[in-house]
Amino acid sequence: MPSLSIFIWLPLASGVLGSLLSMRVRRAGPVLALAGAVATLALAIGYIADYSPATHGLQHLTDVMWIKELGIHYKLAISGLNVFLAGLTTLLFAAALLAANFRAQRGTPYPQLFFVLMTLAESAVLGAFLAQDLALFVAFFDLMLIPFYFLTGIWGGPDRVKATIKLVIYTLVGSLLMLAGAVATGVLASDQNGGHITFALSALQALPLSTGSQEWIFLFFAAAFLVKMPAFPLHGWMPDGYKAMPIEALMVFSGVLSKVGAYGFLAIVLPLFPQGAAHFQTLMLLIGLVSILYGSVVAFSHTDTRLIAGYSSVAQLGFITIGIFSLNPQGAQGALLQMVNHGLVVAPLLFIVLLLSERSGGSEDIRKMGGLAFRAPVFASIFLIIALATLAIPGSANFVGEFLILLGVFKAKLAIAIIAFAGVVMASVYALRLFIRAMHNRTQTGAVSREISLRDGAVLVPVVAVIVFFALYPQLALKRSEGSVSASVSAAHVALTPIAASLSPAYPGQPSNRQADASEPSRGPAGGSESSETGAVEAGEGSSEGR
Amino acid sequence: MTLAAAHLKGPHVDFAGLSPLIALLAGAVLVLLAGLFRARWVRERAVGSLTVLALAAACGLTIWQWDSQKSIVSGALRIDDLSLVLNLVLVAGGAAAVLLAWRSEATREAAHGEFHMLLLSSIAGMSLLAAAQNTVALFVGLELLSIPLYVLCASEMRREHSLESGLKYLIIGSVGSATLLYGIALIYGATGVTDFGAIATAVSNNGLAGDPLLLGGIALCAAGLCFKASVAPFHQWTPDVYEGAPTPITAFMAVATKVAALGVFLRFFDVALLEAQSTWGPAIAVLATITIIVGNVGALGQSSLKRMLAYSSVAQAGYMLAGVVVGTQLGARATVFYLAVYLFMNLAAFAVIVARERETSFGDGIEAITGLSRERPYLALSLTISMLALAGIPATAGFIGKFYLIDAAVSGGYTWLGVVIVVGSMISLGYYLPVIAATWLRAPTDKEAPSGSAVQEHGMAVKLPRLAGGSPELEGEPSVAEPDAGGATANRPQPEVLFVAALAAGATLFFGIFPQPLFDLVHGAGGVLGLL
Repeated sequence: MPSLSIFIWLPLASGVLGSLLSMRVRRAGPVLALAGAVATLALAIGYIADYSPATHGLQHLTDVMWIKELGIHYKLAISGLNVFLAGLTTLLFAAALLAANFRAQRGTPYPQLFFVLMTLAESAVLGAFLAQDLALFVAFFDLMLIPFYFLTGIWGGPDRVKATIKLVIYTLVGSLLMLAGAVATGVLASDQNGGHITFALSALQALPLSTGSQEWIFLFFAAAFLVKMPAFPLHGWMPDGYKAMPIEALMVFSGVLSKVGAYGFLAIVLPLFPQGAAHFQTLMLLIGLVSILYGSVVAFSHTDTRLIAGYSSVAQLGFITIGIFSLNPQGAQGALLQMVNHGLVVAPLLFIVLLLSERSGGSEDIRKMGGLAFRAPVFASIFLIIALATLAIPGSANFVGEFLILLGVFKAKLAIAIIAFAGVVMASVYALRLFIRAMHNRTQTGAVSREISLRDGAVLVPVVAVIVFFALYPQLALKRSEGSVSASVSAAHVALTPIAASLSPAYPGQPSNRQADASEPSRGPAGGSESSETGAVEAGEGSSEGR
Repeated sequence: MTLAAAHLKGPHVDFAGLSPLIALLAGAVLVLLAGLFRARWVRERAVGSLTVLALAAACGLTIWQWDSQKSIVSGALRIDDLSLVLNLVLVAGGAAAVLLAWRSEATREAAHGEFHMLLLSSIAGMSLLAAAQNTVALFVGLELLSIPLYVLCASEMRREHSLESGLKYLIIGSVGSATLLYGIALIYGATGVTDFGAIATAVSNNGLAGDPLLLGGIALCAAGLCFKASVAPFHQWTPDVYEGAPTPITAFMAVATKVAALGVFLRFFDVALLEAQSTWGPAIAVLATITIIVGNVGALGQSSLKRMLAYSSVAQAGYMLAGVVVGTQLGARATVFYLAVYLFMNLAAFAVIVARERETSFGDGIEAITGLSRERPYLALSLTISMLALAGIPATAGFIGKFYLIDAAVSGGYTWLGVVIVVGSMISLGYYLPVIAATWLRAPTDKEAPSGSAVQEHGMAVKLPRLAGGSPELEGEPSVAEPDAGGATANRPQPEVLFVAALAAGATLFFGIFPQPLFDLVHGAGGVLGLL
């Protein structure tokens, strides 16, 4: 397989090349950008096929010293955590670029700029997923916002300027906090390393910080990731942003960028700040739970189709959050699977919003739709598959994901799992309501039932095919991610134990933790579920004894 | 004969070490003389070219002196990596200012020879300041830097604002100089010496770190230098002076004065007074915090781009002070790195403002760049890169610079100052992003300035026709979005301004992706800390 540098920079290179060529050749920009995205998708499929779950470490490693003075490496690698997310990214960007190819960018001074920005976004997102260096991750994380600033601001809806500034300020405030946290992590870790500063994740993992530092740095990182997802109290940018963004950009924004936040929790926060994560477990579970309930309730009371999709994302990412912060392998694995699933359903759902509005006289309000399935059986079936996958009907991969998440949360906090079940029910309410109000019922005036065109079908069908594939064979993702997920959760899982132990009067605190840390790598990745179950039981016993 | 030679045997002068300074001052004399020629092409072209030549010579001589570590002029000046790196930055800033001023009103009104002479002597003063190794050289450098700048600020003699700016700068700058001088006197009183090295020895040998006389001297010196570096609460002159001064001079002041002032901060505090770091460290840290907050909050909602950049430069000075506060080699390197980056970021922005001042009738108002992406995409791109870099977004050098500074602050035990830098950056998004938004997201405004709205715009409106009259080859540049714009506002293309904008923006981007050359450049600058 080619180097990962080629993989992440190929989209941007083709986008820039296309825009340069488009001065001479008409439509070179869009077509080359699409070609680059498709080639990247092919590479991603190659990496997935090539991934060997047996060695759950880093694969296809690229490691070059980027900035010697700051100890920043240009280090990229494929692991069980990011291999499918990278695949998802390339798939959705290819779909979005295809959709953008078919729709002329309306009334813009520089149509080719749209494609350059989209490809820049793809490169940045891939970089964030594959980065194995904390500083590099932060850089990519911030960088991926810039194209969306322009995509929303130039090609967006009526309220775009306000929405853009809101979006960017929310997100950048979070990521600047993360920047401070990242620098602090590197510097504090370097104190234990003889003043030798490094930001490589593997090196930082070997130099755990003190509990106190972990806790405040955890909060800084959590702020960045929760804004990106978005989670309940920090989602203020979402309604405006979703309404203003052009659909092609929104497809990838909602489908992929929100996952970078969740991925950050799984790949960065849990391994580097296990004690911080354990300390704030309840808080994070509650944030996730509130996101689920709030997102679901608002999703089934809104009539704007984009916002229904947007708030359903808040709810789905709430599930992902509680899965990750169940701090056991099942929950985390379910969360990872659900990240891929959610990306796969939300992007086509948003594209369908565009198709619906084209059929209902330009309105995106479900009160202006209705009866659109009348002459469009194929369109209706595609929509139905997506709607059913959104509500996680048994048989879909989303069901497997939610099941694993709830299983994990059951073990961690029973009460939260029980309440979270309400979210599963509510998902079917908002998904079916959207489908029924748009496709069935009486046809509204101005709404025209029209079959999906071949071009739009070409955008949707590949994504839907992948949804169906994962429904039939979720094992593909589960098997390949198993080792990496449990390795990434193990430290935080162990960190839960000293909290229970610290309630006892003897206060063993740090030493027992160190011991546990040392013994963990041997059993965590290999043992999978059994070992962690015993861990949970031990934790429970410890706490009951303490009282 | 032999008697006379023996009699005249002066002190040993290291001409090699002094050569960059000599080149600058000789250049100053030459351009002053060249400005006396009557031929128009000599004044308008040759004088500027000679200035650039003098700067190039100074640059070449600086590079020739690379890696030398020596004290010259009986220990008054120090030629080392710090002064050489700062020399390069200063010369680059000066060359950019010459290019930006190429067709400006200021050079014509102040006469080309004088304008460029003043510019060169100011750069010589800065270079002297960056190398100063005793308090007398420091003061001489500071005055040599300041006095030409007072005049340059007022060089658009027929514009009231320019005169006001010069006068303000003169009065406040003199107060700053006087404060500094008094501080120097107190330090001399406490230690009995003027050499930085001797001060450091005296402080550590006599246990003077807590001496009130010395501390009073340090405080006054800090205040004096803060005036120059526009550190809050001594920054009040900055917005007015920046706004009123001719834009090329503003650009020069923004980058070069800051380089010189921060350079002398490094040398004075981190070299001479390093022993007393525990005493002045927290005080300067508090100043840095105030500066970051005042600068960033002040910049919010400014409609004049020059005022906005003035406040932004206050805030950036606060960031850079963080590198001074920690008193470590890492801190010094981070500060010098940021100074170099700061040069590029600001030059790109100021070049765009200069270009737009000549193309529209909005002066430096935000309307001048509204919808810029449709009229001048390359200028818009430069401005965008500059704003993103100032805000500290990755893939620009600003990100790396800020990262380095935060790293230095946290390593030096000032984690909270690192967090303050981050909070400052967050606030700064509130004024950098609207500029980008105006550039890309809004349609161009009508090119007619609202009549009589502001005195400054009124002044511009009066000025512009004269400027247009001065350039006979009006091309009436074909612009897409302004069908109603008369020929008066569309000026001839300004290749040198575009060149500065593109080069500065390109460098900002390049060093954001491949920062290693810049790191190598500043590496030695940190080493000077341990030398005394």
